[in-house]
Amino acid sequence: MKKGKDLLTEKLGKKPREPISNTNLLMTITICTFIGMYMIAMFVWGGGFLNPQQFLDLFNNNAFLIIIACGLTMIMISGGIDISGGGVTALVTMACVVYLEDHGGTVAGSILLALGIGLFFGLLHGILVAYLEIQPFIVTLAGMFFARGMVTIVSIAPRTASHEAFLSLKQMRITIPGLGYYGKTGIFIPAQIELGVVIALIVVIAVAIILKWTRFGRNLYAVGGNSHSALTLGINVKRTKFYAYLFAGILSGIGGYVYLLHTGAGDAANATQAEMQAIASNIIGGTLLTGGVGNVIGTLFGTLSLKTITNIVIASGLTKPYYQSITTGLMLCFFILLQSVILAVREKGAIELLPEWLRPGKKGKEQS
Amino acid sequence: MQNDIVLSMRNISKSFPGVRALQNVDFTLRKGEIHALMGENGAGKSTLIKVLTGVYPKDSGQVFLNIDNCLKEINVKSPYEAQNLGISTVYQEITLCPNLTVAENMFIGRGNYQIVNWSTMKKRAAEILEKLNIPARATQQLDTCSIAVQQMVAIARAVDMDCKVLILDEPTSSLDEQEVEKLFSLMRDLKSRGVGIIFITHFLEQVYEICDRITVLRNGELVGEYEIKDLPRVQLISKMMGKDLEDVSALHKHKPMGEEANEPPVYEAAGLSSIECSNAFDFQIKRGEVNGFTGLLGSGRSESVRAIFAADRITGGKIRMNGKDVKIKKPMDAMRHGIGYLPEDRKRDGIVEDLSVRENIILALQVMKGFFRPFSRAEAEAFADEYIKLLGIKTASMDTPIGSLSGGNQQKAILARWLLTNPQYLILDEPTRGIDVGTKVEIQKLVLKLAEEGVSITFISSEIEEMLRTCSRLIVMRDRKIVGELKGEEMTQDNIMHTIAGEAV
Amino acid sequence: MGSLFKKLTRSQLAIPLFALFLLVVFNLIRDPEFFSIAIATNNDGNTVLSGNLISILNGASAVAILSIGMTLITSSCKGQDISVAAMAAIAGSVFVSVLRSNEITIPVILLAFFFGCVVSVLFSLFNGVLVAVFKIQPMIATLILFSAGRSIAYWINGGATPTVSSPLLTSIGGFIPGIPIPTPIIIMVVFLILITLVLRFTNLGLYTQVVGISERTAHMNGISPVRIKLIAFIISGVCVATAGCITVCRIGLINHETLLLDAEMDVILSVAIGGNALSGGRFNIYGSVIGAYIIQALTVTLYAMKVPSAAVKAYKAIVIIVIVVFSSPVVKDFVFRTYKKLFKKQPEKEVQAKAA
Repeated sequence: MKKGKDLLTEKLGKKPREPISNTNLLMTITICTFIGMYMIAMFVWGGGFLNPQQFLDLFNNNAFLIIIACGLTMIMISGGIDISGGGVTALVTMACVVYLEDHGGTVAGSILLALGIGLFFGLLHGILVAYLEIQPFIVTLAGMFFARGMVTIVSIAPRTASHEAFLSLKQMRITIPGLGYYGKTGIFIPAQIELGVVIALIVVIAVAIILKWTRFGRNLYAVGGNSHSALTLGINVKRTKFYAYLFAGILSGIGGYVYLLHTGAGDAANATQAEMQAIASNIIGGTLLTGGVGNVIGTLFGTLSLKTITNIVIASGLTKPYYQSITTGLMLCFFILLQSVILAVREKGAIELLPEWLRPGKKGKEQS
Repeated sequence: MQNDIVLSMRNISKSFPGVRALQNVDFTLRKGEIHALMGENGAGKSTLIKVLTGVYPKDSGQVFLNIDNCLKEINVKSPYEAQNLGISTVYQEITLCPNLTVAENMFIGRGNYQIVNWSTMKKRAAEILEKLNIPARATQQLDTCSIAVQQMVAIARAVDMDCKVLILDEPTSSLDEQEVEKLFSLMRDLKSRGVGIIFITHFLEQVYEICDRITVLRNGELVGEYEIKDLPRVQLISKMMGKDLEDVSALHKHKPMGEEANEPPVYEAAGLSSIECSNAFDFQIKRGEVNGFTGLLGSGRSESVRAIFAADRITGGKIRMNGKDVKIKKPMDAMRHGIGYLPEDRKRDGIVEDLSVRENIILALQVMKGFFRPFSRAEAEAFADEYIKLLGIKTASMDTPIGSLSGGNQQKAILARWLLTNPQYLILDEPTRGIDVGTKVEIQKLVLKLAEEGVSITFISSEIEEMLRTCSRLIVMRDRKIVGELKGEEMTQDNIMHTIAGEAV
Repeated sequence: MGSLFKKLTRSQLAIPLFALFLLVVFNLIRDPEFFSIAIATNNDGNTVLSGNLISILNGASAVAILSIGMTLITSSCKGQDISVAAMAAIAGSVFVSVLRSNEITIPVILLAFFFGCVVSVLFSLFNGVLVAVFKIQPMIATLILFSAGRSIAYWINGGATPTVSSPLLTSIGGFIPGIPIPTPIIIMVVFLILITLVLRFTNLGLYTQVVGISERTAHMNGISPVRIKLIAFIISGVCVATAGCITVCRIGLINHETLLLDAEMDVILSVAIGGNALSGGRFNIYGSVIGAYIIQALTVTLYAMKVPSAAVKAYKAIVIIVIVVFSSPVVKDFVFRTYKKLFKKQPEKEVQAKAA
């Protein structure tokens, strides 16, 4: 029954290598690309890239995007889509600011409000998509419209937070020992990260754990892989999808609060395009829109890559604003093509082009 | 005796908009028996099972399950509930998740855990795979396994869940003989442990080999429940069809007519190969000839005929038709030269689900006519009407979406599509698979009639008897290569087996 | 009459038409004069029709035209092209570039439009190749131009927002002297007629649907899925150029940031409200066009109710949700079952009466 090759490798004491899965392969490519890109940037343009603070600013400035992208990862793995992330973020920022300023709220209260708003949208999307079986694109589009519309209903003008307790939270910094740079005056300024970054990293780890080790997480993969099969395997598909949207909604709420911690202001123009950037982060990070494949670590690096490209463009002297979007577009194009080519090659079996560990297992009749 | 019965369904009725799928159907399953559920397409077998497993809610009736040695009424609302009650199903289409590993597919959706224990799962999965002799690794991603292995993993999952009732819905359609034997030994094992097995299949031979009792459904109603030993094949078929069997035996008398010996072959290929059929082969067929490709599942029959139709990308070969060199690089070329192909996978390659029966029937002819010349409504209706009558396609109207027709009628519609193109060479790949006995007979008669009119036909079927009845020449394949050819008197079941095995005839 | 009613309710157009009907009724109740058409004299001294109805039909023209292309793409490629608005900005930029470097006469306008078309068809084919040849999901593939498109337009404009003005352009974006109906409406109608002719006299409709429902079957019947998908993208490219040029003519300048901003969402919504499945397959162009008018009617209604423009989105969202909920198969099934229950009681009563 054992294959000849297995016998041989057993004799030699080697474990037969399990071919790498699609999810892990795409994630590896993303991580390598990011590291490669950053190292090249450090080498070619030096300057800012050698400054640890700039690296940490990638996290500081985009913590909310990382959080939203993680929520989106869960939804995309289950085969759905959510384009409301940016809208919910904006609504949360405005609502919390107004609450803190005009209604004498507490910080704790504002956190609850943020979560509540996120929960509301998560519930709405979840029920409409999972139980009423309406297409997620339309539902979350409506959700996005509703959120953005509500921002101006809450307050037409942008508002800045001046609430003391909140501001102290906003200004909280965690210093990273050992890293830092020499400022213009020659003094060593240690590198710092904001509170939001810690929250973002906790979210990433939490979602990663959920996806890998909890029943719910594995159900997401099953539902995304083949929802009909998942149903007959006894998974409650509707409930799984519902929870995915609910969770993503809560994460949008958290992301919104983190955004507020970073900018300190509520504004209808907050987080525009955030949902598309979240999708882009996911694509670069190896999450497939068709479902069943994806990984938050990949998404994290996808976000970092997306934002690094902008820094590289600026550093290389192309300062006109349109260059940034064009390069982002090119980067997306590159990753999309790369993914499609790799997956097609693995399927169709131009397998000889790939090294052993990249190849999927042999399809077709098993030899006994 | 009461205790013997593990499942009892009484007076089950279920309707869908416009269709009465089940009417007052009773079904009883005993412990440790293998019970066949049979009926033509549209008889209601699938619906009965889906009601039992909670995929559809029933309109009326009761279901009783043996719980703690006593029959209790149950109301199954979802496959999950069914699973927990001990009713497991393995479907014809692979209902596992291709992006998960074999081990995960065996355990996902079961039990009460919240945290996944990967090492335990892997170990248990490996044990089960070993015990049941399934050639797969626990950590292998499912979509890298062959269809047959995927099927076995699905069964392994059901087996591991200590089910009381195991439903196997057409499990053997994609398995070859060795794999079917493995499956049967598994089933006998379960039988000895007291599991009740419901076996839905079209393969008569298999039913007689392994089943104890049969329940026959027709048009949503119960015809009867019988002991296998009391029901000879002929009677079973007549009960399923509701008619007498002159037709089937009559066929034995008709022998396919001889070919025109002096003309060049209608179709001739030398060194034909495609990306799916890499072993180049030679093939020819004369006018009015009916030939068949036979061999075990996976031997390459479909791939070969697909190469003739250029359904897969052609990598080499010279084609001549009626003595002239022609280029056939894509399906349109084949169609222009009068070749028609009824595909093996009706669902994926054949029907356009949401379009009407009429649109499906005229499709091929329409494409041949050209982009800029659509048929008028009247023309299309005339064509559809003609063939609906000719082939006896059962449909509410020609505007009904073809997806709501039963499998057999869908097949007839696709056949109509190709007949409409008036081909000189028609390739039928498993035209009778998944089809009720009555339609099978009709199709075989049609094949012979077409041959008499001068159409060349290639007929592929997993039921050797069908091919023996209709073909005048058989090409035998093994492992993607042609290994032999049998003509006239040589064509017997034994000879075919021997040729496949590689022994002298 | 009964069977016509049955046919109408089963048709894909049932829900969009009903929604439109409700909107009309709502407005008539709220303000009986809402749809009144007045005859006025506009700035250029022409006699024109004006009023909310005209405003709705006029304002929806660009989205309606775009929705025609989007319907074909959705049907055959099973996904949406989210870059249409960005590409319209590119087309508009090319249009303006050609106009600014020449004296504006009718041949020049036609030439400018032609170049705009060529460019947008090329970009659309870029999307088309990614989707049809590389088999990438449409939404993912078009994300590239969605991100970069407006910046490309900006770059074409040399980093500015140039203006163009000429009476000829105003007449395209506004009124042709002597014709009281706004020109964009006329262009829209012409487009609709053209596409109807194409669908009627070719097999485009059939082939597109077959490709969308089952690509393999299309292949097995001699249809080339790649070709059909590319045709859909080409037609969309022409729609994009038309929409972009009309909008430029209407506002007299090209601002890459704001031209048809967020219009792609409205276009996708039109297609969905029109009863077309966003996952591809059967389609009905008129449904999408009706959808476009529903969205515009909604916007105009809200403005008439003095809702501030930034908040319009919220109300739009609610209406969309309501429409989509009622189109959902689950809800339809529920309605059908309750309807049947009400109906079913009758025969039983009769039987009991007979027995008694």
